[in-house]
Amino acid sequence: MKKNKQSGMTFIVKTITNLIIGFMMVFGAYIVLYGHITPGGGFPGGVMIALAYILITLAYGRKVVESMVSGIAGSIADDFGALVILVLGLIGLWIGGTFLFNFLPKGTPFSLFSAGNIILYNLAITVKVGMSLYIVFLALAILQRVVTEDETQEVRK
Amino acid sequence: METVIILHLLLGFMIIGSIITIEIKNMLSAVIAVGAVGFIVSMAFLFLGAPDIAITQVIVEILSLIILIRATINVDNEAIEKKEEHVLSNRTTLIFVGVILVFAWFAFHSLRPFGEPLMRVSNFYLIHGLAEVGATNFVTSVILDFRAYDTFGEAMVLFVSISGAFVILRRWKREQHKDFLRIDREH
Repeated sequence: MKKNKQSGMTFIVKTITNLIIGFMMVFGAYIVLYGHITPGGGFPGGVMIALAYILITLAYGRKVVESMVSGIAGSIADDFGALVILVLGLIGLWIGGTFLFNFLPKGTPFSLFSAGNIILYNLAITVKVGMSLYIVFLALAILQRVVTEDETQEVRK
Repeated sequence: METVIILHLLLGFMIIGSIITIEIKNMLSAVIAVGAVGFIVSMAFLFLGAPDIAITQVIVEILSLIILIRATINVDNEAIEKKEEHVLSNRTTLIFVGVILVFAWFAFHSLRPFGEPLMRVSNFYLIHGLAEVGATNFVTSVILDFRAYDTFGEAMVLFVSISGAFVILRRWKREQHKDFLRIDREH
């Protein structure tokens, strides 16, 4: 992670962010991957990963987080997640005869690779939800800044 | 029986938090009171035995609190003035609330008692879920297999609402739209 001492919050917040961010990402991934065995799933895991990026935004400023995942890349990942769900549904329609048919092998219960398609749906929902909420936060920060630019221009006139 | 007592206690806290949210003058304090109500809702979900929705509630509550605090932290709190109260709108509100309460009285009497739901469809999921889907978390097997079409629709609702919010809230002109989200100039 790049150290940018000009923007963001104080040294204490940045240090604690460095310590915490890995745990947040790993716990989000755990909630997603074990969503069909224990409580959890794609939506809370995705929001947790989005919260990790929002924490970086708050602690280090917008430039650092945009060098990791830019707004355009987040937007494309958001569309990609939605597209993956649609394509999986259409493959299910082609194989099983109904839209969103569970066509992969079911496996043994309580193992990680069980329940067929559900793990793929969870991963797609994670990418979709996480990236869309992240770019919402990024867009709100940008909108705030654009408004202040307009106001400063009005003051100069 | 203990669960019901705890739920009533949590419900009381929720009502207190909502009243504080409405009546308090400071915007930031109102946002924090909303957050307290949200966290109590997630506790109620935990006591009702719904850990899936409790996790989602906590995490979404944190996200919305961050966004709301960031939006209200620079607002001039003293600038919000009290509006004049209209007698007619108050009376209309009271009449509508009364009508809804009368209908709710009849509706709640035709419902089943709390904690004893109809198990006509749910029994099918509980009996055949493990064999047909293979997921041990039945909530996931319902929302992503038996009712996957609903979940697909919800994902699309999120997608469309965020796209709509982007289009409505934009401040850039049409010819500048290629560098949206990429404005690198610092003011």
